[in-house]
Amino acid sequence: MASLRLEGLTKRFGNVVAVNGLSLAVDDGGFIALLGPSGCGKTTTLLMIAGIYRPTAGKIYFDDVLMNDVAPKDRYVGLVFQSYALYPHMTVFQNIAFPLRLAKRSREEIERKVKEVAALTKIEKLLARRPGQLSGGQQQRVALCRALVKEPEILLLDEPLSNLDARLRIETRAEIKRLQRELGITTILVTHDQVEAMTMAERIAVMHDGVLQQYDPPGVLYDRPKNLFVASFIGDPPMNLVPVRVLEQGGRLILSADGFQFSLGEELREGLSPLVGQEVVLGLRPEDLLLSREERPEGIPGEVFLTEPLGGGILVHFAFGEVKLRVLAPREQPVEVGDRLWIVPQGEKVHVFGPDGRSLREADAAA
Amino acid sequence: MGTSRYRPGSLVRQQRKQKALKAGMYTFLVLASLPIIVGYLWLIVGAFSGNFVFGFVPQGFTLENWSFLWKPPSPAWPNIWRTVLNTFILAFGVTAVVVVVSTLGAYVISRMQFPGRSLILASTLILHAFPAITLLIALYYILRILGLLDTLIGVILVRAGLMVPFSIWVMKGFFDDVPWDIEMSALVDGATRFQTFWRVMLPLVGPGIAAIAIFAFMSGWAEFIFLVTFVRSPDAWTLTSYINAIIGNYRFTNYGLLAAVSLFYMVPVLLFFLFTQKFLMRVTVGGLKGGR
Ligand SMILES: Nc1ncnc2c1ncn2[C@@H]1O[C@H](COP(=O)(O)OP(=O)(O)O)[C@@H](O)[C@H]1O
Ligand SMILES: [Mg+2]
Repeated sequence: MASLRLEGLTKRFGNVVAVNGLSLAVDDGGFIALLGPSGCGKTTTLLMIAGIYRPTAGKIYFDDVLMNDVAPKDRYVGLVFQSYALYPHMTVFQNIAFPLRLAKRSREEIERKVKEVAALTKIEKLLARRPGQLSGGQQQRVALCRALVKEPEILLLDEPLSNLDARLRIETRAEIKRLQRELGITTILVTHDQVEAMTMAERIAVMHDGVLQQYDPPGVLYDRPKNLFVASFIGDPPMNLVPVRVLEQGGRLILSADGFQFSLGEELREGLSPLVGQEVVLGLRPEDLLLSREERPEGIPGEVFLTEPLGGGILVHFAFGEVKLRVLAPREQPVEVGDRLWIVPQGEKVHVFGPDGRSLREADAAA
Repeated sequence: MGTSRYRPGSLVRQQRKQKALKAGMYTFLVLASLPIIVGYLWLIVGAFSGNFVFGFVPQGFTLENWSFLWKPPSPAWPNIWRTVLNTFILAFGVTAVVVVVSTLGAYVISRMQFPGRSLILASTLILHAFPAITLLIALYYILRILGLLDTLIGVILVRAGLMVPFSIWVMKGFFDDVPWDIEMSALVDGATRFQTFWRVMLPLVGPGIAAIAIFAFMSGWAEFIFLVTFVRSPDAWTLTSYINAIIGNYRFTNYGLLAAVSLFYMVPVLLFFLFTQKFLMRVTVGGLKGGR
């Protein structure tokens, strides 16, 4: 197994900057996710690590050895493509054996190793078939076997679950996590699905337009998003983001928008006082807001205009002029359209993003 | 339901009209293909006929026309089996050159970026539209300078050269259809560039190779104009030269011999199609079937 370090990794395709100055490190045996919307440069990053694309700038190190000019075949990485990229003219056995045959291993060894990985992912019965005769989930397993059979130093998974149906996705998620833990292979999972990244990886690198936004464990990403992009991308249902103006009233800081007022506790006072009179964005997670029928001094009064039952809870929509707020209420709490309720935020779970999109909490933390 | 839209009388009239139309179409098709059918029938009957009324209407039955198989009709002519061998050499030679050159060329054009790529692509099409006959004189000089005049190799190169542009286009389509991911996957799996080409790409474009090989073989088998222009010595004759000689060398063309040799010339091609028909139907130009 190997550790991985990227330094200022950049890839340009003509005018498009697919990846821009990406720096991050993965420990030996670590499991990280590259998370971001489609087109943000995740696949390009993987292909640079695998040696298919040559970086325009920046450096790639495996175990502190510079890899930029090393051919793909000498990098010992396993790569599962989003399309699986199985060889259609070979049987499943031949597909999995292909890396070993190229490495000139003996027939007995190939036979033994292929059977081993096939057992690991429970596809022993499919070895004689061709990829065209397999379901998506089976193809995915074959692709995984082919990547694992050569005992790679680094395992790269490009959206391995995106072609599976919902139930299979959840099963396979757990399975990949188990395999990674058992084999201890340094793994990078690429995904646009935050749930996948949150449930599987130890650390998540959130990317947007080729630029790394934040690289932290899942809990930190959720509790302390560094900027507006991460805040809006992580969390389901997504965070309420309300454009507001900072006002000072009788010594208190108020965040105000058309038909909406929010008075802040002491927490963010320091970061916000220089911004009085300016526009900022208030961020409130639907699940961090409580609903109350009694008047609460710190609460915001509002009238319910829509409810969406989600099974586990109810998503309650409020409207204040242009401002919309969603609140995730427990299922037991009866809420009807037209109810007048107080929305109660919890002080430590309020996010405010400055005019540059950066979280004011981050500024606090950094100071 | 007195107001049903289904009126038996008018429906029957419609069906009759359909039938009449169909009969008309069949009549037309039969008439249109009659000349071809008559042509081939004449060939078969003529090949076994002793004499020809008015010079070309066959009569009687004989195997005399087939004596060319063991004895050349004229002492100056080569042994027929030598000629058959030459024909195969020509056809397979063209096939080999076309397959190797077009496969390699199409791979590069399909997969690699280099200056002049689109120019090459466009010029191959123009070359294909070029009437070969206009090149005859220039090619004559080129072959003479290269010392390839009056040799089969010269004709093989010329014929293959004319086939290559079209074949590159066909093969480029097949290569374009192979996803990049598959090629990248092979590289990551530890293959060199050449191993990727040989062990992954080539098998996937197999149907394309079969298609261009068949076209190349047929064009080599049927080659005429360059043969009779560039190749004079009987040692290098092919079956087309032989037939040309039958038509040209007698004051009165021996139609029986002509028919027999022509039939003989067609047999390998007919056999080939008979045995590969099923496979040929599956080859679609420009399509990678099955797979993922
Ligand atoms: N081979 C390529 N040539 C040109 N542009 C490319 C190429 N590969 C990717 N891109 C561009 O780079 C950007 C990032 O692509 P990609 O890494 O595939 O994103 P992701 O995997 O995150 O969806 C996109 O804008 C894409 O259009
Ligand atoms: Mg991608």
